[in-house]
Amino acid sequence: MAKKGTKSTGTRALLVGTAKGGFLLEGDAARRKWRIAGPFQFGQKVHDFRCDPRDRKTLLLCATGGHLGPTIYRSTNRGKSWSEAKAPPRFGTLAKGKKSTRATGSRGLTVEKNFFLSPGHAADRGAWYCGTSPSGFFRSSDGGASWKGVAGFNERPEWWDWTRGGSPGSPEGALLHSIQVDPRDREHLFLSMSSGGTFESFDAGAHWKPLNKGVLADFQPEKYPVFGQDPHCMVQHPGDLDRLYQQNHCGIYRLDRARTDVWDRIGDNMPRAVGDIGFPVVPHPSDPDTVWVFPMDGTKLWPRTSPDARPAVYRTQTGGRRWERLDGGLPRANAWWTVYRQAMDADGDERGTGLYFGTTSGSLWGSRDGGEGWTCIADHLPRIFSVRFAELA
Amino acid sequence: MKVHVGSVLYGYTGGRAEVEASGATVAAVLDDLERRYPGLRFRVIDEQGRIRPHMRVFAGGTVVSDLRARVGEKDELHVLGALSGG
Repeated sequence: MAKKGTKSTGTRALLVGTAKGGFLLEGDAARRKWRIAGPFQFGQKVHDFRCDPRDRKTLLLCATGGHLGPTIYRSTNRGKSWSEAKAPPRFGTLAKGKKSTRATGSRGLTVEKNFFLSPGHAADRGAWYCGTSPSGFFRSSDGGASWKGVAGFNERPEWWDWTRGGSPGSPEGALLHSIQVDPRDREHLFLSMSSGGTFESFDAGAHWKPLNKGVLADFQPEKYPVFGQDPHCMVQHPGDLDRLYQQNHCGIYRLDRARTDVWDRIGDNMPRAVGDIGFPVVPHPSDPDTVWVFPMDGTKLWPRTSPDARPAVYRTQTGGRRWERLDGGLPRANAWWTVYRQAMDADGDERGTGLYFGTTSGSLWGSRDGGEGWTCIADHLPRIFSVRFAELA
Repeated sequence: MKVHVGSVLYGYTGGRAEVEASGATVAAVLDDLERRYPGLRFRVIDEQGRIRPHMRVFAGGTVVSDLRARVGEKDELHVLGALSGG
């Protein structure tokens, strides 16, 4: 990802993870033309594909084969060659004959997919985090070559309660995502789980506390539990690091962490006919009152399409008090797709912010004016899981 | 012993469908395959020692469910992607 709030100084690129591999699009300085390369790891599902913002060179790509188990690949030459992690994320092995219990360190789980990648703190060169399905939290200290489970999360007894004993949760399985490392403090971490909720650590992951007050869980008898919610995407805003936003299964929320630990449902201010259900939330590079979301039909059966098949981005520039529809250039009708949680990103331009999203139908869209107007950058790609803006050295 | 691998593993064997490995049990043969082709084993066997749901291992033509199964030098091992779907 570009350093937020700064002008681009390298090659602008979009890293796209799809159901059939990864693609890298290099843009010109005006962000008008994009040259596509790939697919990388063709035939494998790529749930996340990111560039290390510290060296602007190292690319990590999560891959899961239809037959093969999950792994992580690394490239330092823009995808021309790849090396596989020597030790991809894996849970601890449960001793033969031992039963998985709440108190057990290792619970006999198997990583089914590596779902979310996050570079570590700027001062922690080589550090990366990975969230998996089932919900596991992993760390690499060597640029993604080898990974270890964070025992303070994966193996603590409370994990059993937070994840309901590792239950599948969402249709895609239990997912750990939205790993955020506070730029001010490398030991201050956030993560979210679908399902499970959002959690915060002040000691580099050794201990965690739920951070879900005020967040609805309408799919269970207790509507405002301590944990068990279904955050879809949570971000720490680069313009105000004490401000968090989340797009949840049950609405859009903002939390001003320095003032309170209770989330405010700012999605109540969305148009009622559109609702406030969706997957991604993307922060502006510097303005803490500005975020973009991509609403989805959440009325009855959750078809995972845009409301009325009329896709639109919604933007607030008032911290969620007011929202505006941005659909210039997008299809006006019969567009039966949506955008997944990792599949929308912004570049670092404070004015004329570039926004990018990839759809479940395999189209990649871009805007050079903060979402006012959209053009299709690429079409007919496989189903898109992730879109990450990067500035390559 | 001779080991036949499915196309899903060609990325590890350099495109070869037939490779050599040795060991007295299926697990030992897979360990030897891992030494020769790093990364291959974890794509086939998960961290709990189970064959992944969409992979199949055959020893001497018989499907393997227990990796402790003994194999002889004259046996052939097949490590294949399962028929999963249409």
